[in-house]
Amino acid sequence: MQYLLMIYVAEGEWGTMSEAEQKKFTGEYATFTKAIVESKNLQGGNRLQPVSTATTVRVRDGKISKTHGPFAETREQLGGYYLVDAKDLDEACAIAARIPGARHGSIEVRPISPM
Amino acid sequence: MNGLANASLSRAYRENGARIHAALVRRFHDLDLAEDAVQEALVAALEQWGDTTPDDPAAWLVRTAFHKGVDRLRRARLHRDKQGVVAELSEPEAVDDVPSEDLFRQDDTLRLVFLCCHPALPFESQVALTLRTVSCLTTAEIARAFLVPEATMAQRLVRAKSKIRDAGIPFRTPDESEIDERIDAVLSVVYLVFNEGYAVTAGQNLVREDLCTEALRLVRLVVDLAPQSGPSAGLRALLLLTDARRAARVDAHGDVVLLEDQDRSLWNREQTEWGLAEVERAIRLGPPRHPYTLQAAIAAVHARAGSAAETRWDEIASLYELLADVAPSPIVALNHAVAIAMAHGPAEGLSRLDAPTLRGELDGEHLFHAARGDLLHRAGRDADARAAYERALSLVTNDPERRFLERRLRELA
Repeated sequence: MQYLLMIYVAEGEWGTMSEAEQKKFTGEYATFTKAIVESKNLQGGNRLQPVSTATTVRVRDGKISKTHGPFAETREQLGGYYLVDAKDLDEACAIAARIPGARHGSIEVRPISPM
Repeated sequence: MNGLANASLSRAYRENGARIHAALVRRFHDLDLAEDAVQEALVAALEQWGDTTPDDPAAWLVRTAFHKGVDRLRRARLHRDKQGVVAELSEPEAVDDVPSEDLFRQDDTLRLVFLCCHPALPFESQVALTLRTVSCLTTAEIARAFLVPEATMAQRLVRAKSKIRDAGIPFRTPDESEIDERIDAVLSVVYLVFNEGYAVTAGQNLVREDLCTEALRLVRLVVDLAPQSGPSAGLRALLLLTDARRAARVDAHGDVVLLEDQDRSLWNREQTEWGLAEVERAIRLGPPRHPYTLQAAIAAVHARAGSAAETRWDEIASLYELLADVAPSPIVALNHAVAIAMAHGPAEGLSRLDAPTLRGELDGEHLFHAARGDLLHRAGRDADARAAYERALSLVTNDPERRFLERRLRELA
């Protein structure tokens, strides 16, 4: 079985941590990542850019709409994801609009943070 | 442009700022860097131009800003190298051997406008960024126009530029189908800029009159960039016709003058003529029932009436009916009811205003009660009219409109 582990955190907390705390925290992530690589559990993973960089794509009646900001509707739940390489946000959104789920749900497009 | 003593520099920047910014964004792929580089070039121009202005001031500014930008890039790289980070900065395409006319590309400005009005940016950031980068207003001027502290506006601009960079919003030429799709966002920005300028009736604040002028300049730019776009022509017509009435809208005391009481000889004739021609063009290009084109057509009916009494209210009422169909809103319904009252008598308009849904939606708006008061007065029901004006007065927030309502109440007594 494969599982997607989704990390929900309050983005603001990072900024309130001292440099030492941040270092400790990233260290723990590195240790954890290394451990699941060695145990052959890891299939892939990325850190995301903050929600302020998000764009939400929907297709309704054949028309593509792009809105700023993250997807935030409690009626719908995260159902899957694609990780794609695109030359810019417009291309990423154009690909997002082709996902069948965009026609009834929403696709949040968020850039991956360079590690 | 504060502190730009040199008039020719000020003019060169004002007239060419958008394409100067655009030419640099194309080379640096970075709005922030382009903007900083242009600021440095302006300072250099102030020091170096003196009595002699270069033959092509815009080209001079682009070349100088380019070198300033490259210097900045090199300093940043040096800084990163010291930190042990390997920087991958490609040198941007050079400018020294490029003939002046080739420094700019025709679609640069279009790309810049579409970058600033990208739907992935919050609407208020689109507006701020357009005014900063395309209109070349200072952050302080934009902040004053929107009544927010300068620091707030600066922060908004910084966030917008970070998002462009971090989310990879591109500086590219939209294809035909995208132009149609995205032009609405651009037009909403222009519409808002104009409304911010026009909604202030006191007419004392010059920055806000500047906003009207800026919106007219922007809409002309959009029309030039997308000459086949009917909605763009429609918005341009609407702004021209509305702005043509600016001088008649406020009296010597800064009080509001209603359309029907305005001295029509104060309307800007030339601008009205352009506006009327532009409405025709908008209808021809289509769609004729686009909200901007319909609003422009309504403004055109007013513009064609020699006096308030000659206004074809029946035509206005039909246009509002179409508008209510494509862009329904309580305010449109209110204006529709007023037009019906003017065309077919106050009773018919009042029955629409008093329909429970509309009343429910607009009960907290002074405009609704003021319009109702006016119709009640026209229907000869002065006691009810007084109550409506008093209700409007309890809701109004701006001084000129308060004085207007007080005057109306005195007239009833």
